[in-house]
Amino acid sequence: MSGVVDQIFVLGKHWLLGYAPVSVRPLLSAVLSVVPVLVAFPLLFAITTVLERKGLGRIQNRYGPNRTGPFGFFQPIADGVKSLTKEDIVPDTADHVVHLLAPLLLVLASFLAYAVLPMGRNMVIVNLNAGVLFFFAVGSLVELAVFMAGWSSRSKYSLLGAMRAIAQMISYEVPLVLASIVVIMEAGSLSTVTIVNMQTGYTGIWPHWFVFTPWGFAGFVLFMIAATAESNRSPFDLPEGESEIIAGYYIEYSGFKFALFFLGEYLGMFATSGMAITLFLGGWAAPFSFLTWIPSYFWFFAKLVALSVGFIWIRGTLPRLRMDQLMNLAWKFMLPMALLNMLTAGTWHFMPVGLSRWLVCTVMVVAPCILLGRGLARKKRFQVRRYQFVE
Amino acid sequence: MLGSGILKGMVETARNFLGSYIGKDRLTTVQFPEERLPQIEAARSFPFLVYDGADWQQGMRCVSCQICEKECPPKCIFIEKSKDKKPDAMGKPQFYPAVFDIDISVCMSCQICVEVCPFDAIKMDVDFELSTDDRFGGLLFDKQRLSKSNEYYNAIHPTEAGAVDAHFAEERAKLEAKTKAALHAKLALAAEAQVAGGEPR
Repeated sequence: MSGVVDQIFVLGKHWLLGYAPVSVRPLLSAVLSVVPVLVAFPLLFAITTVLERKGLGRIQNRYGPNRTGPFGFFQPIADGVKSLTKEDIVPDTADHVVHLLAPLLLVLASFLAYAVLPMGRNMVIVNLNAGVLFFFAVGSLVELAVFMAGWSSRSKYSLLGAMRAIAQMISYEVPLVLASIVVIMEAGSLSTVTIVNMQTGYTGIWPHWFVFTPWGFAGFVLFMIAATAESNRSPFDLPEGESEIIAGYYIEYSGFKFALFFLGEYLGMFATSGMAITLFLGGWAAPFSFLTWIPSYFWFFAKLVALSVGFIWIRGTLPRLRMDQLMNLAWKFMLPMALLNMLTAGTWHFMPVGLSRWLVCTVMVVAPCILLGRGLARKKRFQVRRYQFVE
Repeated sequence: MLGSGILKGMVETARNFLGSYIGKDRLTTVQFPEERLPQIEAARSFPFLVYDGADWQQGMRCVSCQICEKECPPKCIFIEKSKDKKPDAMGKPQFYPAVFDIDISVCMSCQICVEVCPFDAIKMDVDFELSTDDRFGGLLFDKQRLSKSNEYYNAIHPTEAGAVDAHFAEERAKLEAKTKAALHAKLALAAEAQVAGGEPR
């Protein structure tokens, strides 16, 4: 019975395909796989926006939106109607075609990333044997979209925002990929389905998730920090920087194009969260062996929501970083940590199973973290500049 | 330790988040249209004209001296003086404004008109919910719309209105004493004249 509930979407799809003529089955199969993703994630985006605003409000001891519908839960509908009916202003000197294409490309790139995320047992759009590679390749399209938006607007603020975004995204792409390499090393595969399948076992009641190893935990933390930076969310929201460059690369966007940027940003956040779940948190696997009767897709979305809550919590807590702090974190802390983490993963793989490898690998993760942290936290002595003529 | 500050901050925000569901005293937001805070006495929005008694036209304190019109920095007051006179608060025949308009879309609530008015006729109102879909006519207040009773003035600014009323009472008493004295003097003069006139008779 639980197997049927678990596979209900897969079975439903096959049942529907049975009615179609054989010649259109591949196309229909693709459509039936893609459409639910196109519906589910924007819906999740709508729910997340209202919950985020309410949560941030509560963090700041406010109510948050509470006017539209019961407890303000119809706020996304009001927002949608507003952005649809708003005038779509394109600057006179803007590159009109690129200006239009940028938000579309952003949303497209964000949606493409979902193709390789396993959202439940047997529930993946395509099981590519280079799935993780595909994910990061598509993820870098976002950068192109952002720069298209910043460049085509013909505004200094949007160009500054786009430049900041490119600098930040490329810097954090490196630790993002390096942090996920440890999983690929351990799994020996780039296929997301294989990676999840490796994590579905249990020892007693405890799952075999990669996050429950020293290198997996370090990798997960590094991945999440880099993912926050990749999706331009606070505290890494310098490209938007409302207080300094107004809205960064989407300053010249209004109406539904702006809403598309917003959608793309959240879809990107969900996609990278989904990748973190796939790589480190066991994908659709239940957190305890006695909870496996709950359908697999429930666990995937529960983890996704949990990570989104984490993102929102971080956003409500931390102030924006300065540009040099941002770059220092990426190149002086995250990059060495990610490289050392690969060494740790190798050590873990070749040491005999037992307490000793736990001890060695934990030290290998904690010691550089403390040392690097101390190095970063050391007060920098600036020399006093002497002016020859002014004084 | 690296990251301990972040954890401390996250605990703090979590405490705020959960605390806002437990203790209502954390949430200081007033849900405006449903809940209202009592207005402080110094509150002010736009000027209005005070009248005494029941009839707004009879009791209007304004004597159309047009000082406020001249002083108004954004020039939002328009006054037309009347041809005839009517008794003012002191019973003295005075001009009155035939037209008194204030364009509150221009008014900047500076209160200079109130400062310069020698008759305590113009005062600041506290009504702020004045939005209208007619942006020209709906925001140009005429004499009738501007007139509000002295009781209303007492209700919104009790201290200030009390002082004005006391001042008026004092003035009135002084006037009364003066007229009484004048009457007495007149009577005495008449009596004297009578006495003086009677003697030779």
